[in-house]
Amino acid sequence: MQQGGQPLFLARRSYRRRRMMDAAKMLPVLGAVLVMIPALWLPATTPEPDTAHGMVYLFGVWFFLVLAAFGLSRGLAPALEAEEKPEGAGEEGN
Amino acid sequence: MPFNILVAVCLTYVILLFLVAFVAERRAQRGRLGWLRSPLVYTLSLSIYCTAWTFYGAVGYAARSGLEFMTIYLGPTLVFVGWWWVLRKLVRIGRAQRVTSIADLISSRYGKSNLLGVVVTLMAVAASTPYIALQLQSVTLSFGVFAAETPEGWALPDQGATALWIAGGLALFTILFGTRNLDANERHHGVVMAIALEAVMKLLALLAVGVFVVWGLADGVGDVLARIDASPIADWPLQPARWAGLTFVSAAAIMTLPRMFQVLVVENADERHLATAGWAFPLYLMLMSLFVVPIAVVGLELMPAGTNPDLFVLTLPLAAGKGKLALLAFLGGFSSATSMVIVAAIALSTMVSNHIVTPLWLALRQGSAREPGDVRGLVLMSRRVSIGAVLAMGYGYYHLSGGSAALASIGLIAFVGAAQVLPAMMGGIFWRGATHVGATAGLLTGFAIWLYALFLPSFGTGGLISPHIMADGPFGIGWLRPQALFGITGLDPLLHAMFWSLALNLLAFVVFSLASFPGPMERLQGVAFVNVFDQAPGARGWARGGAEAEDLLSMSQRILGTEEAQRFFQGQAAGQGKAGYLPDTTPDFIARLERQLAGSVGAATAHAMIAQLSGSASVSVQDLIAVAGEAAEIKEYSAQLEAKSEELARTARALSAANEKLTELSVQKDAFLGQISHELRTPMTSIRAFSEILMESDLSEQMRAKYAEIIHEEARRLTRLLDDLLDLSVLENRKVQLNIGVANLHDLISKAVTAASNTRPERNFVVQRDFSTEHMPVFTDTDRLVQVFINLISNSRKYCDAERGVLRIEVKRRGQQLRVDFIDNGSGIPKKAQGLIFEKFARLTDTSRAGGAGLGLAICREIMANLGGDIDYVPGQGGAAFRVTLPLQRKVPPFDRSGAAQADLNDL
Repeated sequence: MQQGGQPLFLARRSYRRRRMMDAAKMLPVLGAVLVMIPALWLPATTPEPDTAHGMVYLFGVWFFLVLAAFGLSRGLAPALEAEEKPEGAGEEGN
Repeated sequence: MPFNILVAVCLTYVILLFLVAFVAERRAQRGRLGWLRSPLVYTLSLSIYCTAWTFYGAVGYAARSGLEFMTIYLGPTLVFVGWWWVLRKLVRIGRAQRVTSIADLISSRYGKSNLLGVVVTLMAVAASTPYIALQLQSVTLSFGVFAAETPEGWALPDQGATALWIAGGLALFTILFGTRNLDANERHHGVVMAIALEAVMKLLALLAVGVFVVWGLADGVGDVLARIDASPIADWPLQPARWAGLTFVSAAAIMTLPRMFQVLVVENADERHLATAGWAFPLYLMLMSLFVVPIAVVGLELMPAGTNPDLFVLTLPLAAGKGKLALLAFLGGFSSATSMVIVAAIALSTMVSNHIVTPLWLALRQGSAREPGDVRGLVLMSRRVSIGAVLAMGYGYYHLSGGSAALASIGLIAFVGAAQVLPAMMGGIFWRGATHVGATAGLLTGFAIWLYALFLPSFGTGGLISPHIMADGPFGIGWLRPQALFGITGLDPLLHAMFWSLALNLLAFVVFSLASFPGPMERLQGVAFVNVFDQAPGARGWARGGAEAEDLLSMSQRILGTEEAQRFFQGQAAGQGKAGYLPDTTPDFIARLERQLAGSVGAATAHAMIAQLSGSASVSVQDLIAVAGEAAEIKEYSAQLEAKSEELARTARALSAANEKLTELSVQKDAFLGQISHELRTPMTSIRAFSEILMESDLSEQMRAKYAEIIHEEARRLTRLLDDLLDLSVLENRKVQLNIGVANLHDLISKAVTAASNTRPERNFVVQRDFSTEHMPVFTDTDRLVQVFINLISNSRKYCDAERGVLRIEVKRRGQQLRVDFIDNGSGIPKKAQGLIFEKFARLTDTSRAGGAGLGLAICREIMANLGGDIDYVPGQGGAAFRVTLPLQRKVPPFDRSGAAQADLNDL
């Protein structure tokens, strides 16, 4: 069983990395939806002025996007390095 | 704040920038890149997105339209947090194809067509010139703010002169540090470092003003939020379409603005820097936007009505008497403006020189690529002149528009113009079906609509488009009115132009792409771009032959410079295994050379220059198809060959192994026959001789008896030999009948010692035993095992050459095995003979002494094999040492040696 544990661990890690790439692709979509939400509430038409709330909300979204991108970048940077290796190897093969 | 101090500080700052650029350039030249190519510097260099339009304009924008200014920074944020998707691909393509500008990217993707390069260049120049004018205006205005304050009555300097000085200084800086080298892939380290410093400067300045406003003028965060809701800004109308449209167009602009493409792709030193920029650049944008609304709100509240909100960043600290803070803000604005102008000038001049000047020069000197002439100097000079021209145009534009308010809206207009490249760019990197016809159609459509519906009307009524056309459309055609195309009125003019230009651009791009047929070069480039992540390097676009290496070298020297070109050629020649400077002009080499040249003069020009030399305009469709077919065939054939040769090699290996075994067996058989004949003949000879003597009659009775005894003895020896041989043959063929029984090992050894004691009974010989270890049951053919023991003990009695022979018998249990060691105190068996002793008829000493046929150990080995055990000679024990190994429990039948050889042969 000990031998079986190692590949399982590796597969899990590359699986995680794949899902991270998915998340990295979905993050701008999520961000776009969140950024478009103010268009639904039209601050000028609300009875109470709430531009300040809108501003706080948008900066909140912004900060969340930065944090999420930071996390994903940390996770994906090793994938970038791993990807650059076969490139060099490929030139030899040619 | 005296105006002359301002000028002094400003000059000092400029000198500092020159110094930083100079030092960075020096470091880079010495190869000490270090932090010059760190992800942080890369991220900071991206901040040229935030121009004076951000630094001053964002506050004005917020004062006029509330939170809408945020869309300009939220769009790029979305692009950057999704860097894995688009930006990574763009950067990878840029590096793989050695792209020099956005025009080069488009031209290279669509078959290295220079026409497209020219179109994109012209669009970029048209969209950027007013933007550069805007930067000049902002610096001039901010000078004016300080000058107006001067109590000493400093005359407000001529604004035009200020702008001219600034434009001239920027041109000098850009030419000095932006045209040091030709190859776009050799980065402009000096420029990048200077703009990184400026990025820090403008962020610090804006944050400082913001902190001063929130905690100095207002009463902290809560107070500011309350003031926001109380201010006129709270009534800003959010138009959903405009909100979405502006987010989209700014997201597009971050990739397609020529200056952004320059820092994002061309100046990128390492793809991994994107991973940092992916979160750090949005963070930068967020910090830049953080205090915009508070500054606007407080400014509207405190400043007298009619003050230009665009300058609140300067005027608020000045009004509060914070001269140093205002000075910092001024430097921030100055930084924002100058960094944008510098990079834009570099990007535009690269495009102009690569796509307009150099191709023109090539066309004018037709077929003269072989002639000497300094192309490098020409390109550098054209780049320097272009920088001057771009700045002159910016200044001219500023001068003509008179620094009017018309400039204020130019930021968004430029964004929409730059975004026209988006369909061709995205289609180019994600869709193989995009063609150069489609791209041209889309770009021209979008560009035309942008000019007609947005750019020209932006000069105001009575400007470049007559009010008559604005109201009624050209020639009275109502549905062609610039701001109400197709009769749709009431739309925001910016949104209107953005929608129609991009929609029709995309439509034309798709429809013409679907309807047209791409050329071969285009298809090659399409694959190279779309599949940039999973392809072997470089699709080749050149047929063999044509160009001479020498011609290519002389041409390359004129573009890359003598040393650089020679190094490249030498490296390539070495790669082909040749010495000297002239590699074979293989298609592979030519493709590499073309990419190298493309880094300096752009893909289209590089392609055209090589085409001139090689005579043919690269390959035709037929060539490509033929090459592809051939390649596929060869690939398949070689795969088959490989499989076959592997199989053959396997067969050959098996055959040679079998052959070796057969040869060995044959040699063994011959040796065996020879030995047997010899062994049989010796006793036979003596029997014959003595029987002949017996036939003579005059023998005494005594002699007769003696000779008969000898004959009898020899006959017995013969019989024993034949018995042994039969025994061995039966054992070897594993046909022996084993009588498995159980016995005490101690009894067996005792039996063997007793039986062996009549071998050379006269010898002084001691057997040492440890009885306590010997008592254990063995399940085996006991008679056979005793035979082995007898053989070993009597061998020892016979051959041990010690004066007082001592034989130790040691019994050990190792796991499931039983070991019996027989170790004597003689001189042992010489090393080279150790491998032979178990062979048949192997005898180390002469026959007479041995008194046997030399089959004893061979038989022992066979017996042990039959019993599932083994017998070995153990060297290094201080004498001859034999180890008998026996399994405690009898297992599977012993391995059949002859049968195994048979099986090997059957495999063939």
